[in-house]
Amino acid sequence: MAINFDQALGLHPQALAMREKRLELLATNLANADTPGYKARDLDFKSILKQNLSETVPMERTQAGHFAPQQLLESRVMYRNPNQISLDGNTVEANVEQTKYAENAVQYQASLQFVSNKFSGLMTALRGQ
Amino acid sequence: MSSFSIFDIAGSAMTAQSLRLNLVASNISNANSVSSSPEAVYKSRQPVFAAELKGVLNKQDAASKVKVLGVIENQAPPVMEYAPNHPMADKDGYIYKSNVNTVEEMANMMSASRSYQNNVEVLNTAKQLLLQTLKMGQ
Repeated sequence: MAINFDQALGLHPQALAMREKRLELLATNLANADTPGYKARDLDFKSILKQNLSETVPMERTQAGHFAPQQLLESRVMYRNPNQISLDGNTVEANVEQTKYAENAVQYQASLQFVSNKFSGLMTALRGQ
Repeated sequence: MSSFSIFDIAGSAMTAQSLRLNLVASNISNANSVSSSPEAVYKSRQPVFAAELKGVLNKQDAASKVKVLGVIENQAPPVMEYAPNHPMADKDGYIYKSNVNTVEEMANMMSASRSYQNNVEVLNTAKQLLLQTLKMGQ
């Protein structure tokens, strides 16, 4: 087939999925900013990208019970090292989480724009006008 | 779509913070109430927050909502004051004032209101991103 969606869209859909997951994690951190003993969590884009690029042979699901590759994102959630520790064991620093949330929102929009542009490119190719 | 869970998470935090704000209002309004016995006097009330961990433990979902475990009464002794002419005075001439620390409550109020605002911002951003995702490809 001449047009393959996976090849046409590149890694942007996976990046979008990761950004979405990270947005959820950072929202959880901000929501639990006053919960005693809560540990802030985050995803590291660089290490996930590196691991995804090194997987040259994609995993195939031959059984319905096999885990889908997207579920691996959950296993890469890591705890944040706080700049200052607090007595109640909470490691959320609202200012840090807010900046990360804003940063991630912009990056999400960028990924979204990339996917969107790919789609409009495909539409132009399909119409052939 | 799993992004909708951000609404649940931020919503649970807003519920928790508004409960905290309610308790602050209750504490401050009763700060000056007096009683003739240490048992009957108003005691400062504080919420207990916890992260809902059931999804995190089995690694199904890394996100966790805020749960209000309950409201506890501060067990610090009430303030005794010698006022024999007060109509509520006991037989030794003492009245009992509530153990609410107004300064502490004001700080609590600021913290709760800022946390609430944070969560509203989170909700707004998530909503905008979702709306843009729905418009993808147009």
